[in-house]
Amino acid sequence: MTQAKISIQNLYYTYEDGIEALRDISVDIPPNEIFVLFGPARSGKSTLLRLLNRLSDLDDGLAQGAVYFNGQDVFTRSMNVSDLRRRISMVFAIPTPLPGSIYDNLTYGLKMAGIREKGELDRRVEQSLKQSALWDEVKDRLGSSAFALSGGQKQRLCLARSLALEPDVVVLDNPTSGLDPISTATVEESLYSLKERYTIIMVPHSVQQAARVADRAGFLLDGELVEVGKADKLFVQPQDQRTEDYITGRFG
Amino acid sequence: MNRQQTNRLAIGVITGLAILVVIPIALVILFVFYNGIGTINWEFITAAPRNGMREGGIWPALLGTIFLTFGTAIISFPLAIGAAIYLSEYAADNRMTRMVRLAIVNLAGIPSIVYGLFGLGAFVLFMQFGTSILAGSLTLGILTLPVVISTAEEAISSVPQQFRTVSLSLGATRWQTIRYQVLPHALPGILTGVILGLGRAAGETAPILFTVAAFYLPNLPRSVFDQTMALPYHLYVISTQVPGMPLSVQYGTALVLLLIVLSLTLAATFVRTSMRRRREW
Amino acid sequence: MTSKPSLATPSRTAEDAPRLRIGEWIIENLIRLAGLSTIVIIGLIFLFLLREGGPAFLDIPLRQLFGTRWYPIEGIYGLAPLLVGSLLVTVGAVIIAVPLGLITAIYLGEIAPPWQREILKPLIEMLAGIPSIVLGFLGWVALAPLIQNAGAATGLTAFTGAVILAYMSLPTIISISEDALYAVPKEYRDGALAIGATQWQTIWRVVLPAARSGIVIAVMLGIGRAIGETMAVMMVTGNAANIPAFGSGMIFEPVRTMTATIAAEMGEVAQGSLHYNTLFGIGIVLFVITFAINSLAGRIVGTRGARRSGGKL
Repeated sequence: MTQAKISIQNLYYTYEDGIEALRDISVDIPPNEIFVLFGPARSGKSTLLRLLNRLSDLDDGLAQGAVYFNGQDVFTRSMNVSDLRRRISMVFAIPTPLPGSIYDNLTYGLKMAGIREKGELDRRVEQSLKQSALWDEVKDRLGSSAFALSGGQKQRLCLARSLALEPDVVVLDNPTSGLDPISTATVEESLYSLKERYTIIMVPHSVQQAARVADRAGFLLDGELVEVGKADKLFVQPQDQRTEDYITGRFG
Repeated sequence: MNRQQTNRLAIGVITGLAILVVIPIALVILFVFYNGIGTINWEFITAAPRNGMREGGIWPALLGTIFLTFGTAIISFPLAIGAAIYLSEYAADNRMTRMVRLAIVNLAGIPSIVYGLFGLGAFVLFMQFGTSILAGSLTLGILTLPVVISTAEEAISSVPQQFRTVSLSLGATRWQTIRYQVLPHALPGILTGVILGLGRAAGETAPILFTVAAFYLPNLPRSVFDQTMALPYHLYVISTQVPGMPLSVQYGTALVLLLIVLSLTLAATFVRTSMRRRREW
Repeated sequence: MTSKPSLATPSRTAEDAPRLRIGEWIIENLIRLAGLSTIVIIGLIFLFLLREGGPAFLDIPLRQLFGTRWYPIEGIYGLAPLLVGSLLVTVGAVIIAVPLGLITAIYLGEIAPPWQREILKPLIEMLAGIPSIVLGFLGWVALAPLIQNAGAATGLTAFTGAVILAYMSLPTIISISEDALYAVPKEYRDGALAIGATQWQTIWRVVLPAARSGIVIAVMLGIGRAIGETMAVMMVTGNAANIPAFGSGMIFEPVRTMTATIAAEMGEVAQGSLHYNTLFGIGIVLFVITFAINSLAGRIVGTRGARRSGGKL
């Protein structure tokens, strides 16, 4: 097996009020796969995602253990957090365009990284919009407000905004929540084609979606990673009773 | 008397008294306007006072107030914005932050005459700026800090948190996030605070009494180390210190001062509402 | 796909990062400094007051300092008349302004239809914006003659000052009490109305008690505003540094407040003289009074836990 893109080792996370959100998480995520992290609400999925690129810095909580990205510990002081977040880019559950045009949104991260050259910006805009299947819908109105887009378009814009950074890893926290089935299908389509180039980590909307898109999956329950495995195994023959109960719909 | 009658009576009394409180506000403004408007003409605005200030205009005082207002803005704006950003974006919930907040509350409560004393002790005498535009601007700048900080902080805090999160997640640094996602959207609110602060500064008399204001000056100030006349102090002087002063000149001066201050207040309200309407989220 | 180096290539960030970081380090520390400057400033204010005013408390015998005679020309500095003057004017202003302010706040918050509120609130904000010197001027030319015509020996009395001051503290009292009323949960009102209480009963028995601490703050800050007011008071209170004979008529006597004394006499004193020190000493008294009021009010706000949840990075 090739070196893991992201390797999480004995990771604990405790909220400010002392409640343990994640307990002893260890998992290797190989490159160029879709890794799906599923489980009931409030089981710690979003918390885990935010730790990967240290967005957890914004929260008042304490992390212990290690997250390695390309073999490098992300929690070291010398880690350039901005750089890390460009390489492990995040798409949120609620699509949040920044005020400004579609073009502004797509180029924001690039400009913040110091890329100002118009040709390069244009290239990244076009490429990322094509990758997220939004190009045909917005190519004639890149200058109009991002808030004028529909919900599904906004979510794909947010995906494109992450892709424009040409990251290594794309982290998606329930990217199809609130989307209609057609938009959902479009987003899922784009994910398939993206994994050739990126490592994708995703919290799905449902177990069904998890089974549809995942190459590899992990089941998270009450802050504990119950089971990790290849999707074709895990969703058919789960090893743990709790996983089976959950995917067969006996709880959660 | 039954419950319903008591209710109607009470509500009626409250309504009546509230109207009694509010009507004089409009009346005061109209009263000054009515008595002062006849005096105001081009000469009154642009000429220097003559004949022991009983004739001529108010130009030196008006100009002085404009200078002082600008000076106040220069002193207070950077410091207040910085403090507001600190409170909203950097301050942890700790002892130090509580002390900063306490300091701001208390700065807001210090009487303006005490600011005047401080300006006299610190800027005029200790730093040897003398009674000067510099000393006056510093004093007024500090006096306006609390109001500008509070309004600016509120404006900055009201920028949705998601914009910050998204910006950071796209690799922007903390300062870039503030610079490009927080401040631009908070700008109308910040401006509102600054203009309100300037309105307050333009109308204050007590803080400039010992730090800058001159009774009468034949010449306009040439540098920030010069004294200047100022409109509020001029109004005080001509209404209480100069015998035989025509009432019309007093009312005219009061009206000009009132117009300056009220138009700043109105401008602040206007900026706030019009920018709010243009907001996309 | 393209072979251009990705943003993430370490070489690129290695050259960018340090330049960005130094600039940001400076800016971020300037911001912190600005935040801390508020504490420094309030400390400096007290320090300078102490530096110039401290000698007064050391050089003037305490008996004289709290005595009833303020005759700077003879070198007698008794603060009692000034304290009494400030007290009379402030208490008078509070007695007038608190009920009126509270009632107006109740009207705005509980009774007035939205369109009236949209007219009235800017009007009250405007009142807050009227410079004190303009109100003082109006008190001087319009109100004082009115009071004299009503039968007082002079129009320039503690009462005249109290009226002007009341008017000036109204916006503070109205807006803070209104906030307090607004903070009372809607369920309280709905609950009271649901069990058949009239609107007045709801206001009197439910809303006002629930808003009590906020109203206390409004009153305190109103007092703070009134006690520190200078110009208007100086113009209309007659500036007589006497203690009026005790009784119900004392409010219609001329008085002189602490603030007016500083404003009126500082221009004439020699720097460094005892008189000069004493005027700064009065400043210390004012500073301490308002500091106490505001800290106390701030503490009440603190215990109510009314802290905005600002953005945090």
